[in-house]
Parts: sequence; structure tokens; C-alpha cells
Amino acid sequence: MTTTQTAPIVPSFDEDADGGRKLAIICSKGTLDMAYPGLILANAALGEGIETHLFFTFWGFDMINKKTMGDLKFTMLGNTATHMPQGLGGIPGMTSMATHQMKKSIAEAGVPEVPDFLQQIVDSGGHLWACRMSADMQHLEAEDLYDEVEAIISASDFIEKTDGAQLLFI
Amino acid sequence: MPTTTIGGHEIHVNDEGFMTEYDEWTEDLGQALAAQIGVEMSDEHWQAIQFLRRDYPDQGETATLRRVSTVGGIPTKQLFVLFPKKPAKKMAYIAGLPKPRGCV
Repeated sequence: MTTTQTAPIVPSFDEDADGGRKLAIICSKGTLDMAYPGLILANAALGEGIETHLFFTFWGFDMINKKTMGDLKFTMLGNTATHMPQGLGGIPGMTSMATHQMKKSIAEAGVPEVPDFLQQIVDSGGHLWACRMSADMQHLEAEDLYDEVEAIISASDFIEKTDGAQLLFI
Repeated sequence: MPTTTIGGHEIHVNDEGFMTEYDEWTEDLGQALAAQIGVEMSDEHWQAIQFLRRDYPDQGETATLRRVSTVGGIPTKQLFVLFPKKPAKKMAYIAGLPKPRGCV
């Protein structure tokens, strides 16, 4: 049954986009599998016109450390979601094999590697922040970090910047 | 499926207003759809829309922002300038295609 509307049906793109919705994502893990959830959600939020801030802390620092960001690993150890015997994960070479497999699946899904993904997030208007304490712990300075990271800031600065935001801890 | 009239064209749309019939689209209609959502079309806008139109029959789904930038060759930054706030949805709407369903 076809109904004809007298007034045109038009999606309300801009109404939802403002209203000050903000998203803050804290990336605290440095494994390949835990890097992606934050990146994908940040990218999705930006595509919806939502102001998005990512804070990299603790092991999440590996995602923005120039030395490690292109080389995150996936390990089967301690991850029962692989549905493989846990002992297998401890065999030499298993981590690099699992990492290789995961990278392949990610690429096949059309999802970029971590450095490219960060660039896409920045290009979409996202903000990247590095944690002061993590930088101090690892003896890293701004020049050791991905160029698009805006600054090394304290946790309280991040909380201030994301006043009123919805928050995801990953 | 409801139909709606935009700029004198009667078209089939879903509940949100996205067109559901690929072949009902014309450039003239794209222009009218763009006007509905406040986008003034330039050559650069058309380039993006034409890429989406060409890509859809090949892929069977609407190109995501990433695809428009990596395959279509229009940088992500520029897409946000051309179609502010929700570029993927706005492009799909103007191109008469479904909302992209890919995550990235």
C-alpha cells in the first residue's frame, strides 16, 4: 500500500547534530584488538557530527607512540574469546601469527591500520590527547608521539575539556 | 513504502526520506534533495555524489566516508567541509541511495 505524503519527508540531519552532544573516549589498552573499539566508535561519532575527544593513557599510549603505533599485537593468551586452548597462545610465534591473522581480517573489512585510522579521525575533526602521567612513566615527550596529538595533558585537564560529555573507558 | 514529492518529482522513500528506487534519481532531483537539506551544490559536491552513484551498483551498498576518500579520491577533511556534520548520510541522501551501513 503506497501512501503519498503531502509535505516532503526530509531527514532532520542538523537537528540531531548539535544539542552539544560530546563524546570522550579513554583508550587504556595497547593490544591490537583493544585499540579498534575506541577508534571505530570515535569515527562513528564524528560521522554523526558529535564532538569527540580521545585520551590515550597507560597501555593505550602504545597507540600514539611513534615507535609502537604501527606494530600493535594481538595475543590469544588470556583471551577465551578465541575459543582455542589457552596453552596454544604460549607457543613461540603464536602471537605474531594471531596478530597477522587479525590484521588481515581488519584489512579485509576495509578498516585502516592504527596510524591511518588516527589520521582519519583527526581529518574528521576528532581531538587526540596524551596522558601526562603515562608520558612521564615512559619518559616520552611530544616529539615521540603521533604528530596529530594536540598536547600532553593531565587527567584533570581532560576531565575539564570534556565537561558534559558521554564517556567511554576502553 | 511512502512516496513524497520533491521539486515536482514523485519519488519512493523510506520513513526517514531516503530514496528507495535507484532508477528514480536524476541530477535534477539530486539538486532538489540537496536544497532540502541546505546544501548548495558545486562541482566538487557533484564529484562526490557521482562517485556514490557509480559505486553503488558495483558494490551493492552505499560507499562509506572512508571509501569516498580512499577510492573516490576526495579527502575526508574536504567531505566534512562540503557536507558538514554528517557527510556520509547527507551524501547518501542527495545521491538517492540508502544510508551507508558500514562501520568505517
